[in-house]
Amino acid sequence: MSAAFIFEQLLNSLQLGVMLFVMAAGLTLVFGVMGLINLAHGSLYMVGAFFCAWVAGVSGSFWIGLLAGLAAAAAAGALVEMLVMRRLYDRDHLDQVLATFSLILIFNEGTRWIFGAQPLYLDIPAALATSVPLPGGGGYPIYRLVIIAFGVVTAFALYLLISRTKLGMQIRAGESDREMIGALGVDISTLYTLVFALGALLAGLAGALVGALQSVEVGMGEPVLILAFVVVVIGGIGSIKGALIGAILVGLVDTLGRAFLHQLFALALPPAEANGYGAALSSMSIYLLMAVVLAWRPKGLFPVNA
Amino acid sequence: MTEAFATEPLLVLENLHKSFGALRATDDVSLSVEPGRIHALIGPNGAGKSTLIGQIAGALKPDAGKVRFLGRDVTGLSVPQRARRGLARTFQVSSLAMEFSALRNVMLAVQARGHSTFRFWRPVRNDRSLIDPAMAQLERVGLGARADLPVTALSHGERRQLELAVALAMEPKLLLLDEPMAGLGGEDSRRMTEVLSALRSEAAILLVEHDMDAVFSLADRISVLVYGRVIASGSVADIRASQDVRDAYLGD
Amino acid sequence: MPEMRRETLFNAALALLLLALPLGAWLLGESYYVSLGARVAILALAGVGLNLALGFGGMVSFGHAAFFGLGGYAAGVLSHHAFEGSAVLNWPVMLEGSDSTLVLWAAALFLSGVVAAAIGAISLRTSGVYFIMITLAFAQMIFYMAVSLPTYGGEDGLPLYLRSGFAGLDLSDELVFFLVCYGLLLLAILLSFRLVGSRFGAALECARQNETRLGAVGIAPYPVKLTAFVLSAMITGLAGALFVELNGFVSPAMLSWQVSGEIMIFVILGGVGRLYGPIAGAILFIVLETVIGGYTERWQLFLGVILLMVVLFARGGVIGLVAGKARHD
Repeated sequence: MSAAFIFEQLLNSLQLGVMLFVMAAGLTLVFGVMGLINLAHGSLYMVGAFFCAWVAGVSGSFWIGLLAGLAAAAAAGALVEMLVMRRLYDRDHLDQVLATFSLILIFNEGTRWIFGAQPLYLDIPAALATSVPLPGGGGYPIYRLVIIAFGVVTAFALYLLISRTKLGMQIRAGESDREMIGALGVDISTLYTLVFALGALLAGLAGALVGALQSVEVGMGEPVLILAFVVVVIGGIGSIKGALIGAILVGLVDTLGRAFLHQLFALALPPAEANGYGAALSSMSIYLLMAVVLAWRPKGLFPVNA
Repeated sequence: MTEAFATEPLLVLENLHKSFGALRATDDVSLSVEPGRIHALIGPNGAGKSTLIGQIAGALKPDAGKVRFLGRDVTGLSVPQRARRGLARTFQVSSLAMEFSALRNVMLAVQARGHSTFRFWRPVRNDRSLIDPAMAQLERVGLGARADLPVTALSHGERRQLELAVALAMEPKLLLLDEPMAGLGGEDSRRMTEVLSALRSEAAILLVEHDMDAVFSLADRISVLVYGRVIASGSVADIRASQDVRDAYLGD
Repeated sequence: MPEMRRETLFNAALALLLLALPLGAWLLGESYYVSLGARVAILALAGVGLNLALGFGGMVSFGHAAFFGLGGYAAGVLSHHAFEGSAVLNWPVMLEGSDSTLVLWAAALFLSGVVAAAIGAISLRTSGVYFIMITLAFAQMIFYMAVSLPTYGGEDGLPLYLRSGFAGLDLSDELVFFLVCYGLLLLAILLSFRLVGSRFGAALECARQNETRLGAVGIAPYPVKLTAFVLSAMITGLAGALFVELNGFVSPAMLSWQVSGEIMIFVILGGVGRLYGPIAGAILFIVLETVIGGYTERWQLFLGVILLMVVLFARGGVIGLVAGKARHD
């Protein structure tokens, strides 16, 4: 267990954390402003990844692919909002869960139909495919550092958007009192579509970026979606700040748990069992974290409507 | 448990405080309600009347102070616990089981009174031990003919009557009524006043109301709440004569 | 009341259909369809369990797969040890395997009930979307435990070589197995029926419609909801035990969130809060899977579209379409 290894795991935690933040921010915005629980958010992540991979494959450029992925995710989001989500704002949570669950089925099977069942290849851009030396030895992939940078920039950009622009003001007002902003003359319809498309764009960004690290395949969005939900619940529904802090916490607990828990168990148990228990506990760890946070703060760390 | 004296008040509020941030909704409120009396709580909008009712019923926790009911400190008890001891409350905005009929709403209160909720097999549909007492209360408030209609089919005034019927089915010692007349027309209002007046022997009433005719005809005592404080408390005559009250509220 | 008569007739028709088709298939020697009938009955049973918590109690549990899977593992583990001739536990108590059906069912009911009591006790302190998330989280925890612990196959699952029996009935006979599943399904529906019509049911319904009102009349909502949650889990757990016997296999997939979603689908397609809804929903689901699945592997696309249409436009599910709005008295 060298210093380089620890440092590497910390960076991995940060990378996971910022990508979860990007996912969770979209989710928490949609829930905070429109009161909508959206299980199809993972599908928009997948759309971003698939279009990025496809266009990058056709054009030869990752960056063009990335732009295509963002555009596709935002467009898919806007379309879904207009066709389906509009009808769900006034419905209860059960209806929203089921309707968006059905969208998962539609998106997954639809993607399989269009792109086939095999994963797509998305390569890290050649310029970023090398490593940076870490203090203490070893190297860390530049691409992962770029992802961290993207995450930080996105967080900052969202902060500026929410606190400094007119759209951000409408978003904040909408989170506090949905009925009031309608009465004040804000065009709710357009606002909601914009917010939803923004959330979709963020999901697509995360999907495209992570798609180059892992594989681009059908169903890739759901595991991330569940993690993002845990982040939103920990951070407090509707709070971007909560999403950031929650995401970093989850990133740390999950990554460090996977890296070190089995070593902890190995102090007392034989290696095979230690690995088994370590893997089990580290998978469960973020849910335990969520349960602990909810026991202490039943509405999350920074709920908007306390 | 010590014997309660005949003159021991049913409800005693001791120095209740409740703030929401900088807003003092309840500011050192003390009052008492005697058995067999109707005590009215009046005051301008925003005076904190509903907040006070919430603290008495157990839906809100006061920041400081005590609520004593039937001689016992109930400040730490939940809403259902207080309800089971005989403290029934109606809501300012009717809060009923909307898909149930009026009858089923009242039957639920009868069922609660009998502590028989954990029965899993016998149907309630034909259970006369629930239906008969429930119908009796519905007749009393004037809803007998509308008993089988779902709440969604009842008018606003009928829902206020239903709220009262449900509260009565709980066989309460104290009724907390939060604006029972709100939105009632002349005939309904009169009937409600009659029903409330006849209740004196059964239960004490703490009544929050804006309808001054009803207040002056029903109340034995009146407390006036302004900005969370009780600025005056006394008989109807005292309150009518009080200059403080006129200045703050009645605007004469 | 014409709507109630129509619903009762439709319910009877559904029950008869589910009985008649597999019987007919058996008479024709098509044992595949008898097994399929058992599958429908088991999925419907899982839905009947969920319907109690979700349809009648208003608790949107997105983690009912946990109970389905726990019931399955309870039966599977005992069955596995009976086959191997080894004991499940030597300490602190001696727990042998078993191939007696009643023991397997009792184990499934017990395990799912106890875990549901623990999960429900914590989860029911939250509400709304937090409740949905925390039930999902607990199910995920159990899923990952099953995947990671190698003792019972881990991710690959555990094949089983035993069909159990009791009172002279041998459940390895497809028709007998189907009739047993069908009988349990009807029993569960009868239980739901009496429960919902009882004083407990009245309190549960009120907890769903207006929890404030329930507390205001003097009934604490938490114990009522917890009891319903546990009963609901036990019924779904029993379905899990039957499912494992049907397939001869138990795996962590039974604990996945996709399965939680599928159980919800049966309930919704049939009609939330309708007694026979899960039967209608399970039949519809299996029809889609086998008929459309026979033409294309993309049948889940059609399932998704139909589900979406039902949620958006036909809120009462199949039974709602046929029998109109539900009456609650």
